[in-house]
Amino acid sequence: MDFNRIKEKLNILADAAKYDVSCSSSGSNRKNKDNGLGDTGNGICHTYTEDGRCVSLLKILLTNHCIFDCAYCVTRKSNDIQRAAFKIQEVVDLTINFYRRNYIEGLFLSSGIFKSADHTMERLIAVAKKLRKEENFNGYIHLKSIPGASDGLMYEAGLYADRLSVNIEIPTISGLKLLAPDKKHEDFIKPMLKVKNEIIRYKEESKIIKSTAKYAPAGQSTQMIVGATGESDKDIMYSATHFYKNYQMKRVYYSGYVPISTDSRLPSLGSEVPMLRENRLYQTDWLLRFYDFSVNEILDRDNPNLDMDIDPKLMWALRNLNHFPVDINKAEPRILARIPGIGMGSVHKIISGRKYRRLSWEHLKKMGIALNRAKYFIICNSSDWERRDLDAVTIKGMILQSQNSKFKNQLSLFN
Amino acid sequence: MNASKTLVYDGSFNGFLTAVFIGFEQKLTHADIQKQGQLQSGLFAETETIFTNIEKAQRVWNGVRNKSNTAIKNIYFAFLSEQNNMEALIYRYIQKLMGSKYKGATDFSDDGVLKINQLAHKVGREKHRMEAFVRFQLTKDDVYFANIEPDFDVLPLISKHFRNRYADQQWIIYDLKRKYGLFYDLNTVEIISLDLTDIHSNSIEKSSAFTEVEYEYQDLWNNYFKSTTIKSRINNKLHVQHVPKRYWKYLSEKKEAV
Repeated sequence: MDFNRIKEKLNILADAAKYDVSCSSSGSNRKNKDNGLGDTGNGICHTYTEDGRCVSLLKILLTNHCIFDCAYCVTRKSNDIQRAAFKIQEVVDLTINFYRRNYIEGLFLSSGIFKSADHTMERLIAVAKKLRKEENFNGYIHLKSIPGASDGLMYEAGLYADRLSVNIEIPTISGLKLLAPDKKHEDFIKPMLKVKNEIIRYKEESKIIKSTAKYAPAGQSTQMIVGATGESDKDIMYSATHFYKNYQMKRVYYSGYVPISTDSRLPSLGSEVPMLRENRLYQTDWLLRFYDFSVNEILDRDNPNLDMDIDPKLMWALRNLNHFPVDINKAEPRILARIPGIGMGSVHKIISGRKYRRLSWEHLKKMGIALNRAKYFIICNSSDWERRDLDAVTIKGMILQSQNSKFKNQLSLFN
Repeated sequence: MNASKTLVYDGSFNGFLTAVFIGFEQKLTHADIQKQGQLQSGLFAETETIFTNIEKAQRVWNGVRNKSNTAIKNIYFAFLSEQNNMEALIYRYIQKLMGSKYKGATDFSDDGVLKINQLAHKVGREKHRMEAFVRFQLTKDDVYFANIEPDFDVLPLISKHFRNRYADQQWIIYDLKRKYGLFYDLNTVEIISLDLTDIHSNSIEKSSAFTEVEYEYQDLWNNYFKSTTIKSRINNKLHVQHVPKRYWKYLSEKKEAV
């Protein structure tokens, strides 16, 4: 193997793949088969890049040659960059050798579209098939569904991959028309729909026949770019909700747009990556998936954007002060989970702890609850609680004074 | 009846559980359980040497497990923390648990319970870190070799993970701090102790113990690590929070930074 050549390709094709933020390697149930190599589990981050993102998969493009010219994409046809392409065996060797050294949980393979969607998809499948069939590799494989790929290929892809994803990238159809005029919305949806239907079919069959083969056991995910087309937080989160509901997405990722082009349709080079906004969107996503919120409670026509100063749960609570204060010693779990400063871990501790005694401030503090936020919204076993009839603006002001945000720099832009 | 007594055990987990059994049998309200060799006896305290008894240990294990599966995990993890005085903390934890009328519930409003929980949590985090940060290097004998120096004694906790995952390659994970390791020979995992002349960390100097391609792959990995970083998002604080500096010397992607 010519390591120098491989190194060159790896640098180009890893660099091009890094804007896909998905790094998840959990959610699959593939076990080690016949004393082969690898298994999947809860997912492990084997290292973190200097920008603080987890590295759990070897995330590369098969090639960055592309026939499309999407403005937001670094590998677009018109961009003057170095191009490279891996051979199938090279990707297999890299994956296996990195895996054996405990560097990674598996492979995340994407690609620029060369020749045609089907031709590209076929090559991605060939890598996964080789890993599974020839190397008895049972680690995690995430394949990109190429927009426009045929149903037959998407079926085959799911037989070898743990996860499939197609990135919607632009949350609004008008935005897509503007930035990727040669791509059609339907092309993104088609492979997504096929995979969703196959997942459902396999689940049904495995209820009857235990030995049914696996089909994309870690499900599907997608990604949206944030801050490229002037979309609102409401546009993004309603779109995300649509994909969670109708395509049973396991995850929707939000990727703050990193300026990579001088195209006048996009934020200029050197503009700041909207990391704080990205963070607020993830917090909202969590509220929808784990905290039993529905999206219209947080964002609606009157409130199309999230508050950058405070987290979305606190934002909701301040708009709904009539739900508070909540009695820590009585409220049901669902209500506890809606209190700002209380996460699901704390909810569990409160439920367990209050069986033994009525909980006071001291107990709550030791359990690790963020009282600087929570104290305005709860009563507990103490006569000492916030009695003043404070309005939302006052509470927000007091909370902001008491905390130190990690996003101070980006915050000061808004103040 | 004794209210207080020093019980000395052999340092093993079963030995400790035996001591707990004896403590309960003698109805000790405070059992000062100490490892042999690290004995610090009080001036007038009575001491008793505990002989590890698997059957008695098993009875304590089962008793706790019947109460709560989380509790049994917490106890084992807290034990591996090797923290000073963790024996007394665990003893009190078991006392509380056995005296409680609730099955499965944990009293998070109790300081001792919280403390065990935190200890177990720390050990759990270290276990997870080792599953992440072990970096195998291929030796000329075709064994994938890794050194670790974990904060807690987590080898017993990670054995199964590596056995299940790397079933078709021989590997050794060696704890330099505690001077023992795990060796998987394609059939079973055994505990070994090595006489290491070289410390095989991921240092910049190459060691003749490893194959030539080993360094090629490390180089590829280091390159990958750099290429996958987004420069306009650099956040060193977050990076160091996730990959604390004390682990860097065993990570090939960080060896230049050490």
